[in-house]
Amino acid sequence: MDESWRKAKAAFAALGVPPVFWLMAFFLIPLGVIWGYSFGENKSLTEIAVNGTFSNYAHAIKPLYLGIIFKSFVFAAITTALCLVVGFPVAIAITFASEKTKAWLLLLIMLPFWTNLLIRTYALMAVLRTEGYINFTLALLWHGVSHVTALAGHPLPPFHPLALLHNNFAVIFGLVYVQLPFMVLPLYAALDRLDRSLLEASLDLGAGHVTTFARVVVPLAMPGIVSGVLVTLIPSVGAYLTPDLLGGPSSQMIANVIERQFKTANDWPFGAALSFLLMYMTFLAIAVQAIVSRGRRAREG
Amino acid sequence: MRPPFRPLKSSRRSLLAGLGAAAAGLSFSGLQGCAERAAIGANGEALKLNLYNWDTYTGKTTLADFKAATGIDVKMSLFATNDELFAKLKAGNPGFDVIVPSNEYVTRFRIANLLQPLDLAKIPNRANLLPAFRDPPFDRGRRYSMPYTWLVLGIGYRKSKVDGVPDSWKWVMDSPRYSDRIAVFSEADDMIELGAKYLGHSVRNIALPVIDQVAEMWIRQKKHIKIFHHDEGQDLLLSGEVDIVMEYNGDIAQVMTEDPDLDFVVPREGSIINSDSLCIPRGAPRPDNAHKFINFLLDGKVGAGVYDTIKYPTPNAAALALMPADYRDNRVIFPPAEAMAKCEYADFEGLDRAHLFDETVTRIFAA
Repeated sequence: MDESWRKAKAAFAALGVPPVFWLMAFFLIPLGVIWGYSFGENKSLTEIAVNGTFSNYAHAIKPLYLGIIFKSFVFAAITTALCLVVGFPVAIAITFASEKTKAWLLLLIMLPFWTNLLIRTYALMAVLRTEGYINFTLALLWHGVSHVTALAGHPLPPFHPLALLHNNFAVIFGLVYVQLPFMVLPLYAALDRLDRSLLEASLDLGAGHVTTFARVVVPLAMPGIVSGVLVTLIPSVGAYLTPDLLGGPSSQMIANVIERQFKTANDWPFGAALSFLLMYMTFLAIAVQAIVSRGRRAREG
Repeated sequence: MRPPFRPLKSSRRSLLAGLGAAAAGLSFSGLQGCAERAAIGANGEALKLNLYNWDTYTGKTTLADFKAATGIDVKMSLFATNDELFAKLKAGNPGFDVIVPSNEYVTRFRIANLLQPLDLAKIPNRANLLPAFRDPPFDRGRRYSMPYTWLVLGIGYRKSKVDGVPDSWKWVMDSPRYSDRIAVFSEADDMIELGAKYLGHSVRNIALPVIDQVAEMWIRQKKHIKIFHHDEGQDLLLSGEVDIVMEYNGDIAQVMTEDPDLDFVVPREGSIINSDSLCIPRGAPRPDNAHKFINFLLDGKVGAGVYDTIKYPTPNAAALALMPADYRDNRVIFPPAEAMAKCEYADFEGLDRAHLFDETVTRIFAA
């Protein structure tokens, strides 16, 4: 007995070593280095002295940068809200689809992951640009309708392409497009586990569809909603490719500023401080959320 | 109506820059390893050379011709921005023999002690250089760099959509006339320095109040600007997304061959000249091959092959003499002398400056 337990422990340790090593070597240690840089100073073009200074953080909490962080959170919040509104019906539809359809629908949700984000973003640019597919189609329709009304003696004014690209609309659109699967999948996981007889009971006992949805489905799906919101919100705050490629003159998000610190500005300590400031804020938000939900559970229990 | 989709074209910077945004750099695995197996040349170095270059920046047969002439096999890796190049070499040279930084970065590399001085005796073809490029302010005496191309920032525009020739920075920086049809190069240095140039100052040692004045001007102008681009201005112009862009002459010259309605002008206030330069990084494994390669590129006939492909202006008199008239007389590739007389090289003025410029554009973008 003792022997086999010892063997199992060795096997367990053997299995555990690679992931722990991976996590340490490729995640925690590099992250630690960047964390160290955030307390450092540029000594020359190629050297950083880590001397425990807080000057980078002092610089990072200037209103200019806090304003940009706030704006990034607003963009991310709008994205998350839209993903939730669009994603919830999709998740419900998948849940109630037949087994065979369900597999296909889930495959469709995951299909975009097979293509690189950059390629998808460039594709989106081809769709949204002034002479892109949407405006091209609209112009064709417009000309068609104009021909018809011209017969009646009232031709339409010339077509003006819609400004769909290079503005904040495009950034939100792009973020929703990218993040939607991350919202749908946890929602689907939560809804799929839901006991259908509870819905039937609610409807039998006189609650309408709206009441059933608001008071039965949503509370039961809450764990899925919370994880969906978190996995959508956090990457959206740190998005930089989307605002960079789809955005306009006022679409700068905090990740774009951080990127420049590591490139043109060559100020790694400041870039590190901005990144960690963002990370502290995210941790704080998650902690507050956990405390609030624990408090709520305690009250209910 | 033009077709809605134009395939993405790669030019010196645009597409790679986009890709670089996703993957911080291109891999160059096995760069060192192969060298061991290669044959050894008469100079005791393996018949190999690692070149780190911009995209679409050599002639069609340049590298093959070099191999035919010397037996040296050139392996070329590509970078999209000077920052990427600098970042890659900052932590130690991973095995490159020749690199092609722009002039400010020649200074940056030199200050960081990352360049090897050139042995001018091994580069006799430097006699081919035009006098203007023999002793530039960023590398007196050409001790660290040889010019490969030069570029000038100016205004690219769609002739049918603007009034006359928009030959002033005003139309980009300080006027609502082309509202919502303007694209501006989002590089911090260029935005601040050219702003100062427009206001009548030099692009070097800009006084702090002038920087503030430039920032306020951009913030005022922002509502009329459609896009802050990353050196893909020529694509935005060609696709009709905007009608007036701040861009390099070489980039506009490339798209003008596809659309005769496009043109380029160096504004009358003057502009910034850039010079992409051949350098040997410190720790280059095959410095003698590197000198041979640089000397080869400065040869007139080889140079002509390069410039015929890439359409960038040449600093090389021997190559220029061999080029056809439509290159030599092209006023986009070679803007008129009176416009060029007002252009200056910008310079790297230290990290504090770089941080100040960055914070200034952060402020402009956030406003």
